[in-house]
Amino acid sequence: MRGNPDAHELVAPGSLPAVLAMLAASPGEWTPIAGGTELMVAHAAGKLEARKLVSLWGLPGLRFIETSPESIVIGAGTTFRDLRADSTIAAEFSLLARAASWIGSVANQSRATLGGNLVNGSPAADSSPALLVYDAELELISVRGRRRIAYAKFHTGYKRNVLAADELLFAVHLPRRFALHQQYLRKVGTRRAMAISKVALAATASMEVGVVSEIRLAAASLAPFPARLHQTEAALLGHALNPETINTARHTLLAEAQPIDDIRSTAEYRRRVAVNLLDELLLQLQPERRSQ
Amino acid sequence: MNAGRSFIEMTINGEKRTVQAPPMKRLLDVLREDLHLTGTKEGCGEGECGSCSVRMNGELVNSCLVPVLQAEGASIQTVEGLASNGKLHPLQQAFLDCGGAQCGICTPGMLMAATQLLAHNPHPSMAEIREGLAGNLCRCTGFIRIFESVIAAAAQDVEQQAQETPHAR
Repeated sequence: MRGNPDAHELVAPGSLPAVLAMLAASPGEWTPIAGGTELMVAHAAGKLEARKLVSLWGLPGLRFIETSPESIVIGAGTTFRDLRADSTIAAEFSLLARAASWIGSVANQSRATLGGNLVNGSPAADSSPALLVYDAELELISVRGRRRIAYAKFHTGYKRNVLAADELLFAVHLPRRFALHQQYLRKVGTRRAMAISKVALAATASMEVGVVSEIRLAAASLAPFPARLHQTEAALLGHALNPETINTARHTLLAEAQPIDDIRSTAEYRRRVAVNLLDELLLQLQPERRSQ
Repeated sequence: MNAGRSFIEMTINGEKRTVQAPPMKRLLDVLREDLHLTGTKEGCGEGECGSCSVRMNGELVNSCLVPVLQAEGASIQTVEGLASNGKLHPLQQAFLDCGGAQCGICTPGMLMAATQLLAHNPHPSMAEIREGLAGNLCRCTGFIRIFESVIAAAAQDVEQQAQETPHAR
């Protein structure tokens, strides 16, 4: 290990109000750390820039899953193991449960939190495409109060987001209206376990007599941050799924995707795979609305 | 800058221990350097290889990614906590019998991941064993003998094993 533990301060105030008070007293000075699956890797490599860290791990007010008739609310400190164990998520938000199962190993899933995944803001974040196609909303908290924003408006650039210096991500809200939608998620990585995605595509859709009546598409690793594919959605919405529509959607996706070359893959490979995933999704869509 | 040291109390393999360490010191290093429990190994130091796997409050964790302050008050089980009264844990015996250990660097982590798996799922399928151990890399065995070891341990005295495993939820 090249990191020096003596060079970093870490405190655990033990309650959410105490953490928020610290952030408010000196905005920008403290870096929150939850399960450490990102920051501790940087620490071990001697690359952790943050000198003052405040622990969110184990705060009871951040690790919860609350289900009401309208929505499910997931605390930002909820781990991916917690998500995989929840029956409502498994039944109605299966894409999120599957994404959780892809996040590293059992040991990573025991520590990595949903909030950490989103705030870290990797373009390849596993949970993001699923949350985007479920119309997730985020609840942010500070001593000034709480606010809600669409998750689709959270990321503003590569590893940048709308959080103010004194704010924490508090919870993710998922509306319970997707149980009957057709749903799709596929991640392409180097191997089945443990691999960070080269590209991932998620969708929720409804069909009426062969026509796409509702569709949300979202991708990882096709842009500087996980994002909806609004242009490709528009190429499909209201259209019959015939060869012409599919061809237009493919070309729209090729134009809309902005992948890059990096250590995990190339832009060209990502474009081609993204189009293949779109093809697979469109082949799987059933012409009629699902019924229970 | 010296960020100071904290007194951190943990229960390690059933025994209360207190260490004085920088809060950002990795649990892995505290186990090895401060508590001299060198069964837990360091492989990659970035949560990919699983050599440093231990159980913390009934969950499998990579101890290289846990700042020790976050283990304050926790119950930790390391590979040293598997055998009891001089008798190997059924998983240890199965690894011995089936050739599940070769060079031995991955073995403590494999044992802890397998212990975690059997604590929640005493009769795992091959797919479940593969998933449960996916975060633990072995460069000697080709994994098959490790999987066979887990199957052998699961077949043997399953009930007793579940009871003897502390920290199960």
